[in-house]
This record gives sequence, C-alpha cells and structure tokens, in this order.
Amino acid sequence: MTEAMNVDSLYQEIILDHYKRPHGAGLRDGGDAEVHHVNPTCGDEITLRVHLDGDVVRDVSYDAQGCSISQASASVLNDLVVGHTVAEGFTTLDAFQELMQGKGHVEPDEDVLEDGIAFAGVAQFPARVKCALLSWMAFKDAATQATGAQAAGKDGS
Amino acid sequence: MTSTYDVARVREDFPILQRRLAGDLPLVYLDSANTSQKPRQVVDAIDAHYLAHNANVARAMHQLGAEASEAFELGRTKVAGFIGASRREEVVFTKNASEAINLVARVLGDAGAVGPGDEIVISQMEHHSNIVPWQLLAERTGATLRWFGVTPEGRLDLENDPITERTKIVAVTWVSNMLGTINPVADIVARAKAVGAYSLIDASQAVPQIPVDVTALGADFVAFTGHKMVGPTGIGVLHGRYDLLASLPPFLGGGEMIETVTMEGSTFAPPPARFEAGTPPIAQSVGLGAAVDYLSALGMENVAAHEQAITAYALERLVEIDGLTVVGPKEPVDRGGAISFTLEGVHPHDVAQLLDSKGVAVRAGHHCAKPAHACFGVQSTTRASFYLYTTEAEIDALVEAIWHTKKYFGA
Ligand SMILES: Cc1ncc(COP(=O)(O)O)c(C=O)c1O
Repeated sequence: MTEAMNVDSLYQEIILDHYKRPHGAGLRDGGDAEVHHVNPTCGDEITLRVHLDGDVVRDVSYDAQGCSISQASASVLNDLVVGHTVAEGFTTLDAFQELMQGKGHVEPDEDVLEDGIAFAGVAQFPARVKCALLSWMAFKDAATQATGAQAAGKDGS
Repeated sequence: MTSTYDVARVREDFPILQRRLAGDLPLVYLDSANTSQKPRQVVDAIDAHYLAHNANVARAMHQLGAEASEAFELGRTKVAGFIGASRREEVVFTKNASEAINLVARVLGDAGAVGPGDEIVISQMEHHSNIVPWQLLAERTGATLRWFGVTPEGRLDLENDPITERTKIVAVTWVSNMLGTINPVADIVARAKAVGAYSLIDASQAVPQIPVDVTALGADFVAFTGHKMVGPTGIGVLHGRYDLLASLPPFLGGGEMIETVTMEGSTFAPPPARFEAGTPPIAQSVGLGAAVDYLSALGMENVAAHEQAITAYALERLVEIDGLTVVGPKEPVDRGGAISFTLEGVHPHDVAQLLDSKGVAVRAGHHCAKPAHACFGVQSTTRASFYLYTTEAEIDALVEAIWHTKKYFGA
C-alpha cells in the first residue's frame, strides 16, 4: 500500500489555531506603508500595513481573504516581526522562505521561526507554498516601502 | 440513467480512471470542465500518427508528407461535420479557445469593425478568455465594453439588455464554466443580428457536452477547445462564416498563410489557411478527429442526457449538506455539468485539499471567472465538474469527502 497523502502534516493543530484565532488581524489606522498583494492563481488577497517606530516594527495590521494556510501565515508573521527591527524581520522572512522552498528537506529552527515551524509540512504541497508566502511577501514589500519613505523623509529634513 | 448509455463500458476506454492515488485510493476525477480525460482511441490515433505517418503538412512533396497532410485535413473535415459547419473551410485551427477568441478580437480590430463611441457587449459570467481580448480591443480602439448582468439565480439578465444600435460586437458564452448555466445563445445571436453587430459564442463548455449545430445557431464566430472534449491539448477551433472569414485580414504572419510573398509585400491565402500561420497542430488535429468520432459514436444526445442526469443527482445530494451553498442554478434545467459551491467556514482551497486527500479531484479558486464570482460576492468557490464517464458512485464519494472536510475543520 502506498503511503496516504498526509494532510495532517499540512494542517498542523498550530496552523488551525492561528486560522481560527488570528493574531493581529484587521487594519489599524496610521502605518508607514500599505500594500495589496494577490495570489493570481487562486485569488487570495491581503491588504497589509507596516507601522514603524524608528527602525522597529511597532505593528503589522492586515485584512486577509484566503485559505487557512494564508490566514495562519499572516497571524504567525504578526507574532514574529512585531517588536523587532525591520532587519530582524527580514532575517526571519529569509528563514521562513527557505523553509517554504525547501521541498520538505529544510530543518526549521524553532528559535527563529517559533510557531512558523508548523509550516514545514506546507513545503511538501507545492500548490500551497504561495498561500503561505503571500503575507510575507506583502510584509517585505510594505517594510521596504516604509523604510524607503523614512529615509526619504530624513533626507528631506 | 438511460439504459442505452453504459457508463461502466465508457469508463473502460479511459485507463486513467483506473488510477490509484496516494493511500491506494481510487481516483475520483471531478475536474472535467478544466480538462477532460482522454480515451484510448484518441491516444492511439495520435500515437499511430507519430509512429507511422509523421511529416510536416502542405509543404512536403514526399509520400509521408501527403499522408500527414491528408490526416491533418481529415481532422478538419471531421470537426466540421461534428458541429454542422456548412463547409470544412470554415473551421480554423488555433492552439486553444483563448487563441481563437483573440484571433477574432484582433482581426475585427484590424478590419476597423469598432471605433470610439462603438460598444462591445459581453457578460459577467464569461471566462477571462472571453473578457480580456475584448478589454484589449476596447483599449486599442476607444470602444466601450458593456456587460450583460447575471441574476441571483445565476442566469443571464436578459431583461436589462445592453445591446443597442451602438453595439458592434456581442461575445457571450454558451455554457458557463463556473455557474454551469446554459444560455439562450440563439436568442442572443438574433439580438446581435438585429442591430447589425458581429456575434461570437464561446462554446468551450458547450461542444463537449451538448449537440451543437453552428449553422442552425447562425453566429458569426464560434470558439472552442480540443482538450475539454476528450481531445488533446494544443488545438482549438474557431468556426467562422466563410464569406466573413474571407473578408478579414490575417492574424499572425508566417508560412502557410500566404498566397505569395515578394519584397514589396504579400497576399494572403483564403480561409482557413489565412489564419493558420506556421506548422499547425498536426497530430492534435488527428487526435481531435478521433475525439469527435468517439463522441459521435456515443451520440451527443446520450452524452447530454447523461450529463443532465448526473448533474441532477449531484445537485440533489449536495443541497443535503448544511452549510453548502451552490453558486449557480440549483435546478437541473438549462444547466451543464459544473457545480460551484461554497462551504461555510472552510475556504475553497482547504476544501479542495481535503477532497484531494480522499482522491477526489476538484478545482478551487476563481476558475478564470472573477467577475462572475464578484456577482455573488465571493472571491472563490470549489467546483466539481462531471463528464461522460462520471458515475453516481463518484458523486457519493464527493459528498462523503465533503462531510469529512466539514468535520476536519469543525465547520
Ligand atoms: C467557457 C470557457 N471559455 C474559454 C476557456 C479557455 O479554454 P483554453 O484555456 O483551452 O483556451 C475555457 C476553459 O478554461 C472555458 O471554460
């Protein structure tokens, strides 16, 4: 008998918890940059704002429409980057992206990714990797714009 | 189900339907609106062509060249017969339905058929392939795009008819790939004619499942695609009225589409060659010919009756599931074999993933019909679609897998 396709490795309890009770969901006023990202294959969408305090990410607020994987991923993103510098956030992003693109061969570092390690199973479902990365790519875009805007603001003053 | 139609017998022609998936689960293929499976007869015909008759067409003087040319043109003859074309030269081969529609939009534009102040009418239930080419044409020419709306039941809103004296082109789908609706296309073609507008019918989901007679329909253009009608990928069909095709400029330039080429310019071959630049889909034409032979042997009336019966059964079973909402007509009347639905509390992506873990293959997403989804205030749906090999047992497997999905997500 061939091995059953293990959807349980995809839908880890942690992922379902984040999906049902997402952390930091909703768009909050202010913010230094807002982006809207879409997954063109399935139509999942996210509007995400990065709120900076100097070089520290004070808040990531978002309105996401999509599957459990993309929603849970946005929730974990919020956990992992809020309260850290943008540079630290990008380091975490790199680790998460490496995990997602590792086809299941990358051993995640729990110290860096915390609940994000639950996404290790997603890497084995190529069609779902984009779902997991949607909010992270939106964060990368927004944080880059926000820091760029800050730098421009400083130059101008 | 009618006793003349033996699904079990039909399934024997499709080896893939015997496939086992991960966990040794049998494949339940409910994604035929996306692409249909292929019977052995079609695959064998393509194989035999490549293995025994392969050569380029029209330009090869040798014996194989003659055989390949004849085989390629025979595919055209078979398709023409299958759709009731009044002459075989009205069948233009493209690479798919999308290219066929783009061809029409491009050459009508080049022929100056629309300009500023003119209107192009489409509908909100179109596949993106019958939206984007018209948006591009409108942008190029300054024409305006107008839309037929969709009623809450999922039918075309014919009461609010956007066709007026300003309309130059009307392009509407025969069967919706998302809602399953079968539209009264003969009526729409008549309305287009009454104002002197060109008409195009997207028959991508119609030709596979209902008897189609393009001459009786009377549209200027009909587009469809080989891979949804048990044929191969890589071939689509544009049917056009011959005198109209003969009056239009070419689409792509290249070999085979010319009459003569000099350094000063070229003159163009008559239809269909005018619209078929370069080496055409030769083996695909052979495969499509075998596909229409296959469908004809089953009888399109029987295929349609089976589709109707299986869709009625599926609708009946699906509405039993609480939290499940069918998006599209809920009665099996003027309705094709695609059923899109939402499941409360579970995103379509997650539904499809869970169904796949049970061996049930469906599609989740916007099905290239974002405006149609927007009509119903949803971003995406799960779609199960049926075909001539679908059984009631497969619908039962779908229903059971949906119950499992609900439980899994606590919905
Ligand atoms: C109604 C309709 N029109 C057009 C198409 C496009 O077909 P193709 O992708 O083969 O060009 C499809 C299939 O996806 C369809 O369902």
